[in-house]
Amino acid sequence: MVEKESKTGWSVIEMAGKVAGDIQNGAYVNLGIGMPELVAGLVPEGREVIYHTENGLLGMGPPPEEGREDPELINAGKKCVTAIPGACYFHHADSFTMIRGRHIDVCVLGALQVSENGDLANWSTGEPGAIPAVGGAMDLVAGVKTIYVISKHQTKTGEPKIVRECTYPLTGKQVVDRIYTDLAIIDVGKEGLVVREMAPGVDREYLMERTGARLVFP
Amino acid sequence: MIDKIVESSHKAVEEIFDGAIVMISGFGEAGSPIELIHALIDQGARDLTVVSNNTGSGHVGLAALIENRQVRKMICSFPRSANSKVFPELYKNGEIELELVPQGTLAERIRAGGAGIPAFYTPASVDTPLEEGKEVRVFDNRKYVMEKSIRADFSLVKCRAADRYGNLVYNKTARNFGPIMCTAAETTIVQAKEIVELGSIDPEAVVTPGIFVNRVVNVSDPADESRLVAENLRYPW
Repeated sequence: MVEKESKTGWSVIEMAGKVAGDIQNGAYVNLGIGMPELVAGLVPEGREVIYHTENGLLGMGPPPEEGREDPELINAGKKCVTAIPGACYFHHADSFTMIRGRHIDVCVLGALQVSENGDLANWSTGEPGAIPAVGGAMDLVAGVKTIYVISKHQTKTGEPKIVRECTYPLTGKQVVDRIYTDLAIIDVGKEGLVVREMAPGVDREYLMERTGARLVFP
Repeated sequence: MIDKIVESSHKAVEEIFDGAIVMISGFGEAGSPIELIHALIDQGARDLTVVSNNTGSGHVGLAALIENRQVRKMICSFPRSANSKVFPELYKNGEIELELVPQGTLAERIRAGGAGIPAFYTPASVDTPLEEGKEVRVFDNRKYVMEKSIRADFSLVKCRAADRYGNLVYNKTARNFGPIMCTAAETTIVQAKEIVELGSIDPEAVVTPGIFVNRVVNVSDPADESRLVAENLRYPW
């Protein structure tokens, strides 16, 4: 992940730091693959957070030192990780009991699109010929208490990712609670998409131009 | 005397028949019983339906089983990953079937199969394309999708240690689907890195009770799939 120097907006690390700041002490947290993984390294000092990885580990630690990788100790992205003291392993049915049974407090996921009412599309662009693969995303959005999305505000080609209605196949309907982008932090509520914070150099007009949905400014 | 230990991987898989439903443990390479899969390739049963989270990588293990055209259908949650080439190619050419299942639903379908529960309702996949064709019911103002359980003719599972009763313990995140797959097959075949004496696994620490296991073979030096893939090896060697 390359961090871009820019006067406008937050860097990826700053975005992940914003998410980390909103994770409470004692929370059980599941981090998606990619940008969400950065959150683990940025939790404010003094808070103890337990990371769940759905392939069967509660108490996931940082990546191992080189040469100490164990191919049987991996995360959901199939990368080698470590287990903290106090960690535990379990099988998949137990792991998804934690997820679906609403025992996990926060899940941080990436997104292809998020809609005005909190629908999430993050598993498929629905292109013909593509190999569909869903993993645990649908279980996570159905069962975790709070769903945070961390994503660039727009696609690489400048299309908005926050849209009135998702055009890609859904992962779940009305599941997203808060969106962290490089331009803003946006809550998904009954009143619509409520802008909680804007990044440096971003104003209402700038944000609205890059968003495909209605925004509420409190 | 009860002794579930068999002398070889080939002996362990000899009864697998054409058209069988076979569950294969593993999440990526962690927990994948490569030696049992290779024995199944040598054995040659065809037209299999395989239940496994992924579709293997490179040209060894599950990917090699698929490449050897022994698999008619895959039931899995994530059929592509960094080094998976065999399945995507066949799938694009319409030469293998895919039933895509959310990962937690896959786990619960297996658990339910092992527990004698024919179907259940889950909130996962509601209002998504994976809900299509399934019964949806509302409980307490929330929609749920009905999913049917899965049972297999055989499960192939990797574990760290086993005794002759078939009591098992696993290794770290290689546990993943192993314990539930052991419960959901008519015949459960396990490869264990170590065979230990009865009583040497603390009864409090047994993860899979031996009642769920039919055969155990000792594979004391199981291959690391990622190493085989990095060396660009193919099975059959």
